[in-house]
Amino acid sequence: MTAIRERLVLIGNGMAGVATLEQIIKLGGQYDITVFGSEPHPNYNRIMLSYVLEGTQTIDDIILNSHEWYEQNQITLHTGTTVTRIDAGQQIIHTDNGMMVPYDKVIIATGSQSFILPIPGHDKQGVVGFRDIADCHQMIDAAAHYPQAAVIGGGLLGLEAAKGLVSLGMDVTVVHLMDDLMERQLDSVAASMLRKELERQGIKFLMGAQTVELLGGERVEQLVFKDGTTLPAQFVVMAAGIKPNIAVAKESNIETGRGIIVNDYLQTSVDNIYAVGECVQHRESCYGLVAPLFEQGMILAKHICGIDTQPYEGSVVSTKLKISGVDVFSAGVFIENEHQSVITARDDWKRTYKKIILEDQTIVGAVLFGDITDAAPLQKLIRDGAPMTDELYAELMGTGGCDHSKKKSSVDTMADSEIVCGCNGVTKLDIVSAIQEKGLTTVDEIKACTGASRSCGGCKPVVEQILQYVLGDGATIGASQGMCSCTPLSRDEVVAGIKEKGLKTIKEVMNVLEWKQPEGCSKCRPAINYYLGMLDPAQYQDEKSSRFVNERMNANIQKDGTYTVVPRMYGGVTTPEELKRIADVSVKYNVQAVKMTGGQRIDLIGVVKEDLPKVWEELDMPSGYAYAKSLRTVKTCVGAQYCRFGTQDSMGMGADLERRFERLDFPAKFKMAVNGCPRNCAESCTKDIGIVGNDGGWEIFIGGNGGIKARLADSFCKVKTDQELIDLCGAIIQYYRETGKYLERTSEWVERIGLPTIYEAVVTNVENRQQLIERVDLALAQVEDPWQKVINDTPTREALFHKMEV
Amino acid sequence: MNDTQTFYPIGSIDQFLPQIGRVVQLKEIELAIFRTSNEEVFALENKSPHPKGGPIAEGIVSGHILYDPLYDWQIDLRTGLVQAPDEGQVTVFPTKLEADVIWVQL
Repeated sequence: MTAIRERLVLIGNGMAGVATLEQIIKLGGQYDITVFGSEPHPNYNRIMLSYVLEGTQTIDDIILNSHEWYEQNQITLHTGTTVTRIDAGQQIIHTDNGMMVPYDKVIIATGSQSFILPIPGHDKQGVVGFRDIADCHQMIDAAAHYPQAAVIGGGLLGLEAAKGLVSLGMDVTVVHLMDDLMERQLDSVAASMLRKELERQGIKFLMGAQTVELLGGERVEQLVFKDGTTLPAQFVVMAAGIKPNIAVAKESNIETGRGIIVNDYLQTSVDNIYAVGECVQHRESCYGLVAPLFEQGMILAKHICGIDTQPYEGSVVSTKLKISGVDVFSAGVFIENEHQSVITARDDWKRTYKKIILEDQTIVGAVLFGDITDAAPLQKLIRDGAPMTDELYAELMGTGGCDHSKKKSSVDTMADSEIVCGCNGVTKLDIVSAIQEKGLTTVDEIKACTGASRSCGGCKPVVEQILQYVLGDGATIGASQGMCSCTPLSRDEVVAGIKEKGLKTIKEVMNVLEWKQPEGCSKCRPAINYYLGMLDPAQYQDEKSSRFVNERMNANIQKDGTYTVVPRMYGGVTTPEELKRIADVSVKYNVQAVKMTGGQRIDLIGVVKEDLPKVWEELDMPSGYAYAKSLRTVKTCVGAQYCRFGTQDSMGMGADLERRFERLDFPAKFKMAVNGCPRNCAESCTKDIGIVGNDGGWEIFIGGNGGIKARLADSFCKVKTDQELIDLCGAIIQYYRETGKYLERTSEWVERIGLPTIYEAVVTNVENRQQLIERVDLALAQVEDPWQKVINDTPTREALFHKMEV
Repeated sequence: MNDTQTFYPIGSIDQFLPQIGRVVQLKEIELAIFRTSNEEVFALENKSPHPKGGPIAEGIVSGHILYDPLYDWQIDLRTGLVQAPDEGQVTVFPTKLEADVIWVQL
């Protein structure tokens, strides 16, 4: 017996409609689903079009639901088909190509279109909106053929379009009617900071200008403004606003205003017809942003599936500009009235701005520019109508220090149904369930499993907080976290197992410790290879096949399959002879770019794989290890040899330390710096070991990091002599090698192990320090230059680098 | 499949290190040849199905799974299918091993 399923038709194959379908499927709704879309594509992430234009993502990257997804969920998809009318009496849908489809329920999710100013000349060639993939293609095409573009509208969409066109090489002017950019989301201060930043990025602005006509032949040639002045442009993007697509609703006698009018359950004026997303008008509001559409979709899905749900009561709108390198956020009220009070912090040096608006102590709005780390908590506080407290004030406005570690997590107060990832509509509950049910331990795993943070990445900090929140609890109960999905054993348990059972190879480890995948994965293979080598440096045979490509090839792979080569320059000091060789080799092997690295070295970018051994041979310099979990560089300042402020020979000490500790395997990459005086020109505070010279000796700092998660190094201890410095560095390095998790930087390691524990092991306990130094010496006795090794080992050189031709 | 496809010898097995891919140019096609730990040989087009492309020969090989070197996508060497949550497929060419010589069918 088969139950006849109800027929659900979705009009509009965009984010709002498909997100609603995804929720319905997730909730177990039993429907025969048919989807109509006017565009020829499956559902894609419209808000990511800016990145496609900018060139950082491709169309394929932004596809949200592939054709297979529709197949798997038995959804009939008609792309390139527009629904013209719903016959509510007969319950039948009519399309532009003559299809007639009966329905039980309909969801209209037709979205919105660019508002094209009805001025003379608006229908000329070269005048487009910025709404879909087709517009995007037109813009990319125009950039290839014409030099000048104008974007009418200095709002979110207009600025994103303008940045995209600049990236494509066009000369772009944004024409804006108002005196402030994004005046519907920002106050004057933030708007002017934004304008300055965008001007730096090459966008021109014409403010307070009203376009009255577009002139030209068949194609647009110039804009005419109200004051009679003109602007030449062979391409015009109209981004003056959007208007809901309500044609099908009007044609079907459904009540409309600016949008399709719906009640708190997204029902239209006609039975069994719903509407969701940008095409709707709810309590007088039309939304043009992504978050409200997911909130609506969730409520509609529950309603359609017959599950009890809160009514939709409108959304607090927040905005994030999607231009790489320009961080702007606004939510709720952004310009205060006379009854409201304001907290601001403006910093023209760091180019940041923060404004919080209060009404009777309640947080009702905020604007952030430059630094938007507080965007997620603020958005929530505004939505919840939270009161400002002393505690909150300290958290949000800080005291000028950079210690954010005490910030209270807002995750525990977050509702399960709250959407964390606006791009992909992932809720807190989705993430928590995935972590608990699938044993996820990293943001990347959550990304792969739920899609959260997969698109713009803006929600990554919140995903991280949720992960910490869930695992934090789990960890105190004692549930151990496996190193990867191949084993439930933690790093410490694996290392203990290797020691106790005397395991000698990766294969043995995986066999004896009962790995689920017999040959492991790309996470555990390199990790175990490291642990085995660290535990028994004299005997262990390194497994090249378990090294990540860069460590196997001794060079950094680039996205096109070429490599970069960084020769060693001890302490960042080179000679004219070496520079000549570097120049000669670069010319001979057609290097694509020669770049200075962040660690004071020279990077030859774009070397073909087969040429690598020849390049190394002709450079006749040691490997700079820029590709390895190893000592990368020791950065130095000029120091006492030449500098009038220098108190210690930083160049000499830097070169000595680099010679002594190079080539050793570490859990993660390792960076050092040596400074000749406390002016700290070589930036010790962001290094794994940072050394600062002073008149009486050296001060050692550890655990600094300037990367993904910046951390200032902790002052560790002071020493008097050069020998003490070298000894202590060796002991710290070995203690990190022996206790660090693979891929764990010292910034995380110091926080996990604790500075006092490290101090005890390395400084206080003299005997232990001596043993650490002996063990690091033993490991150092085994290392050799990997480039020389390959040059002299013809079979390996052939098998690894030579391309066979048949 | 049609009958005109032929096998070409591309080299002896000892020219290929276990679990380390090697690039072979066979006519117009750049192949990535993989020798697994159980001495099976696979020939895949050396082209990542990731939208950003790039080679696959330098990935880590575990069992029948290749972890692509640039984006860590998991590719089944037998079918060329990219494993969930990512999607895609690499072209796989049939191989045979006769007297330690590897043959690839185009």
